[in-house]
Amino acid sequence: MAISIRLENCAKTFPDGTRALEPLTLDIAAGETVVLLGPSGCGKTTTLRIVAGLEAPDAGGRVLFDGEDVTARPIEERGVGMVFQSYALFPNMSVAQNVAYGLRVRSVPAAEREQRVAEMLALVDLAGFGPRRVDQLSGGQRQRVALARALAIRPCALLLDEPLTALDAKLREQLRVQIDRLLRGLGITAVYVTHDQAEAMALGDRIVVMEKGRIAQAGTPQEVYHRPATAFVADFIGTMNRVAGEVVDGHLVWSAGRLPLGPLAAREVMFRPEDVRLVPAGGHHVEATVISAFFLGDHTRLVVDAGASAPLVVETSERRTWPRGETVHLAVAPGALLAVPGQSP
Amino acid sequence: MTTGRRAILLAVPALAVFAAFWLLPMARLLQVGASGPRGAAAYLAVVTDAAYFRSLVSTVALSAGVTVATLALSLVAGIFLQRNRFPGHRVLVSLITLPLAFPGVVVGFMVILLAGRQGLIGEVTSRLFDAKLVFAYGMGGLFLGYLYFSIPRVILTIMASVEKLDPALEEAARSLGASTWQVTRDVILPALGPAIVSAGALCFATSMGAFGTAFTLATTQIDVLPLTIYNEFTNYANFAMAASLSIVLGAITWAALAAARSLAGAGVAAAA
Amino acid sequence: MTRRPPRYWLQLAVTLAVCALLVVPVAMSIAAGVTENYFVGVRSGLTLRWVGEVWALYEETIWRSIYVALACLGCTLALGVPAAYALVRSPSRYVRWVEELLVLPVAVPGLATALALILAYGTWREFRASWLFILVGHVLFTLPFMVRSVLAVMAAIDLATLEEAAASLGASFARRFVTIVLPNARPGILAGSLMVLTLSMGEFNLTWMLHTPLTKTLPVGLADSYASMRLEIGSAYTLVFLVMIVPLLVALQWAAGRAGRRGA
Repeated sequence: MAISIRLENCAKTFPDGTRALEPLTLDIAAGETVVLLGPSGCGKTTTLRIVAGLEAPDAGGRVLFDGEDVTARPIEERGVGMVFQSYALFPNMSVAQNVAYGLRVRSVPAAEREQRVAEMLALVDLAGFGPRRVDQLSGGQRQRVALARALAIRPCALLLDEPLTALDAKLREQLRVQIDRLLRGLGITAVYVTHDQAEAMALGDRIVVMEKGRIAQAGTPQEVYHRPATAFVADFIGTMNRVAGEVVDGHLVWSAGRLPLGPLAAREVMFRPEDVRLVPAGGHHVEATVISAFFLGDHTRLVVDAGASAPLVVETSERRTWPRGETVHLAVAPGALLAVPGQSP
Repeated sequence: MTTGRRAILLAVPALAVFAAFWLLPMARLLQVGASGPRGAAAYLAVVTDAAYFRSLVSTVALSAGVTVATLALSLVAGIFLQRNRFPGHRVLVSLITLPLAFPGVVVGFMVILLAGRQGLIGEVTSRLFDAKLVFAYGMGGLFLGYLYFSIPRVILTIMASVEKLDPALEEAARSLGASTWQVTRDVILPALGPAIVSAGALCFATSMGAFGTAFTLATTQIDVLPLTIYNEFTNYANFAMAASLSIVLGAITWAALAAARSLAGAGVAAAA
Repeated sequence: MTRRPPRYWLQLAVTLAVCALLVVPVAMSIAAGVTENYFVGVRSGLTLRWVGEVWALYEETIWRSIYVALACLGCTLALGVPAAYALVRSPSRYVRWVEELLVLPVAVPGLATALALILAYGTWREFRASWLFILVGHVLFTLPFMVRSVLAVMAAIDLATLEEAAASLGASFARRFVTIVLPNARPGILAGSLMVLTLSMGEFNLTWMLHTPLTKTLPVGLADSYASMRLEIGSAYTLVFLVMIVPLLVALQWAAGRAGRRGA
């Protein structure tokens, strides 16, 4: 049932001249969940719409489903299921009628239709909601109806355009889990667009980070997080601390202290806030002053001035408070250091 | 999806009907207007010919006067109605908007009932002052008639705009010590400005092009351009003149309405 | 509650005067239409004989107005609803042009439009003498109102995304139009329909020029009766007109309110 999707040299220029996508090639394996992640304007939604058939790629671009060229096929004939950011539920129909719409179009007989609708509603935990009107539903419920409607037609792929963006944080987390369970359970090929990296990391088998119409990096969440390929990806995913200095004796040295570089030989390094350890004074370390401390419940995020071009972010689960201006000492294991990509040695 | 390009095709039937029954005839009208003994100069006749010019001036003066009076009355009544609720309020508003659907002839009849030879005003004045006041069949009657069909339209527009006013602005002004008059002058009227101008332009255009009312009250004392055009066509068979005058009149009303639309956005229409 | 300032009473007076101006003649007309003798007043007794005479004299005009209005409605629905959809889904540069064009028969006095029609098609005898000639005028005049009413409602809902969703589920254009576009535009279609009916029933400026003695409508008959008949008949005829038009107006106000709420 699940198909593989291939985008080959797909670029997109809009009639008003905007270049939304540079020629892009992407392979999505059958049953894989690929998340397109990036800031607004990066081309992720355009890419999704090209897969769906709502936009056509510029000449030379091809879209292949299981090796078959579907570029010329309009969305009506592609058999994909699509979930829109605004859900796009039909206001003139009830929940059951919405979910059944695709089946009606395919002339599925009434009995089978009803059964499938009930099945889908149960799948998204909305059993019994069939007769309700759309305007009686909450945001989370609407989103689940949209999912049920897209899945009812047993699509070859599921395409989701920022489906959780309109919901509040708690609901987002809950639905994220549901969607993840659904996608895994169904084994369906899914392309998911979001600008929320936590969502991307949680849901994606692979993440495709996009910037200005190009793919910056495509890889597993671990790869993208721990080994960002470009400065953009490094900055976009999570928080990255950056320090520049002189390389002396296998250490990076600057005004506030020194960090052992290990095998790395870079004048500018990056490291994640959670890889910074607070250590007692003395030894190879960095001295920093606390600017702010944010207690986030399970950990505290410290913003400290360590003489670098920007304040450093440190995450610690030590249970204490840090008054402004206090001096702290930091250390980072060499293995957690990354050379900033794209610098000359 | 190709719907965007395909969609405009759905407007073709409407545009075809429009082209066949309006554009083409209008082109013919233009042509006929220039086909008389004066040729294309007929289009200037409205200013060069004394009689037509008088007609134009009295129509413009009447329309302008009606516009000013309507705006003044509608502002007072409209703001009052929007800001004060009392039992029967909704009924009153419905009654006021009733004349919206009246054709000009019916309005003419209303004027006759009020100010005609057996009119209410005549009865009242003859009892109070021993002199019967009858003015239905002159410009005065026409003025009353034009007020009659203009006020409902303008009042509705004003009331809708007053409803949309942000009460916080008035409250801010009052907190700074402004009196009610000052609040009205400095906050309410400027905020209503666009609505006032567009409603006024609409009122002007409608009055300029109104025919039915003048037709019903027609006597030699009534001199408005639509009636002149009608006479040229029906009584004198002077097609060229009728055509050229109506093109000129059409241009004037269109310009006034275009001004109203650009000041108010959508939602503007004339009918009288 | 503070005592009301003099300004309040002045405003109230103006408001009441305006209401009186508008309502009193209507009441007078209704009264005159059902009174035995207008000069004597209501004391002379109420009667429906004037209404009866109106029916005898002008029955045909009443029916004609009704079927012209219904035909006009049919035409504007067939022409206007697709046109409104076209305008909603098209890039804005076309939209302004088309809207400006369609509004021209409203912006220009009915007299001019009628003259133009006569000069262009007057020589075509059968057309000129038939009620279709009047219908054409009415359609030209009411079409922009239908288009605008439907357009307003269509523009307030995100039709584009709804259509994309329907397309993603496999629906063809025709199917989408019937199952998604039309049902969601219903409040606008309803309000537009009532508007068209009301305008057509009351249209005079165009119709007076376009009519022949055999194709008179109600407003044309009214003009006739005001000129040549006694006051009671004119009043009774006006009463008949009011009885026909007021329910439409009330329904229109209700429908317009519903259509307005749709978008919010």
